[in-house]
Amino acid sequence: MSYSDWLIQLAQTALVLGTAPLLSGVTRKIRARLLRRQGASVLQPYRDLLKLIRKEAVVAGNASWLFRAAPYLIFATTWVAAALVPTFASGLPLGAVADIIVIVALLGTARFLLALAGLDVGTSFGGLGSSREMLFASLAEPAMLMAVFTLSLFAGSTQLSSISAYMLGPGAGVNISLALALVALIIVSIGENARIPVDNPATHLELTMIHEAMILEYSGRHLAVLEAAAAVKLLLYLSLIACVFTPWGTAVAGAGALAYAAGLLAWAVKLALLAFLLVLFETAIAKMRVFRVPEFLGIALMLGLLGTILLFVSKVSR
Amino acid sequence: MSPLDSDIAHLLAGSMVLLSFLLLYQDRMFALLNVFAFHAFALAGSVAWQAYLQRAPHLFITALIALLFKGVIIPVALRRIVVRLGIHRSIETVVSIGPTMLFGIALVGLSIVVMLPVTQAEGPFVREDLAFALSVVLLGFLMMVTRRNAVSQVIGFMSLENGLVLAASGARGMPLVVEISVGFSVLIAFMVISIFLFRIRERFDTVDLQALDMSRGEAL
Repeated sequence: MSYSDWLIQLAQTALVLGTAPLLSGVTRKIRARLLRRQGASVLQPYRDLLKLIRKEAVVAGNASWLFRAAPYLIFATTWVAAALVPTFASGLPLGAVADIIVIVALLGTARFLLALAGLDVGTSFGGLGSSREMLFASLAEPAMLMAVFTLSLFAGSTQLSSISAYMLGPGAGVNISLALALVALIIVSIGENARIPVDNPATHLELTMIHEAMILEYSGRHLAVLEAAAAVKLLLYLSLIACVFTPWGTAVAGAGALAYAAGLLAWAVKLALLAFLLVLFETAIAKMRVFRVPEFLGIALMLGLLGTILLFVSKVSR
Repeated sequence: MSPLDSDIAHLLAGSMVLLSFLLLYQDRMFALLNVFAFHAFALAGSVAWQAYLQRAPHLFITALIALLFKGVIIPVALRRIVVRLGIHRSIETVVSIGPTMLFGIALVGLSIVVMLPVTQAEGPFVREDLAFALSVVLLGFLMMVTRRNAVSQVIGFMSLENGLVLAASGARGMPLVVEISVGFSVLIAFMVISIFLFRIRERFDTVDLQALDMSRGEAL
């Protein structure tokens, strides 16, 4: 590991944090345009975050230390997880230390803390949000792991950089297991990021909300940090899908500045495309009833399982 | 045979298994018929790809039969029957989807575990196709067991038959005479079943097959 590799890693870590609000701004703008509204500027999330940081943080009287600490811990774990996903360059030092299962575990930790924070103050909405989140997580997490297992069995590695490199090589082709893993990952990312068929990120309607219910009691800088963490999480999932299924253009560590620039451009294009597809799906579909969400996530679990099983057959025929 | 060829064969046969799961899951009548039509399209694609790989022109006829009979005629006819029976708006009560799906996955696992060691002497294509075909057949059986509506049981039966054709096409193809006669016998079975459907409806005022159990005195 050379000095410059760490520099690129640091740049990447800063990049995911810096561009995450922009990504959520872009998705909101596309959504507004698709609904024939003007929409706020794509920079609006930055302004929101800045406003929230300046505001006073109001904390409930009976809140414990956990309530104050949780936002920072959630933010930190999510940020670290996002830094592990190759964005414009792969084969980075941190990626070699931690594989995709670590990313899932870090996200699970963040979810655990968020559910605890939702319960901490003892309001009914927080508890409702936490219980729903845990119910869905019990299906979404195994589904994510099954998709990860399919990918790692296919590529023979759990390192994201190696999987990405394998996808570029001649070994990968049109494979049904990959398609199943992709669909499973997409469903899980929709569920995990509280996007439309599962949850609505823009509403405070008590019947449907999950993520918003848990963070209802937060304000000021705590809320800012949680919002930032949610934006980083969306970026993480989109980068993950882009890195594994469309690995073209990603620079390899140690390549020249030109390759890095090309990688950056490719990453931006891929993310913009994925964001557009996500929003298109969101505008085309209606919000699901809460009790149908386990079925929706169960499909992801089933697809992941099926992908793994079918992989054994395709290994035979090769 | 290049890796891409086998990948495409794998993709088509695998998508048949996936569509069988969709059949198992779907509880709306028209959506069920659409999925069944796609099931037949996947079969036709799979058989046609085998025909191309094996340089066996008569398999193209098999694919054409699958495409015309099962992909177009039967779904359209079933659609009309569903409308005439007046059940096109009803949502079927499928018995517990979650356990059924898990059971289905177990069946797929079982058929792969059984088929791959048994067919070790054969080429990779045959083994793969047989494993997938057995899964499709077992899933068709499962659908016939779990559904109570007669029309969905018919679809389960037809998807089972699709699995049989898939198995035959992998094993160097059936003789064309057998193929055509099977194709026609399915069509005739379909006609007989559809006549029975109306008879059942006339007699019991429903196509829910639990009514039949009741008339035999088997239900509680």
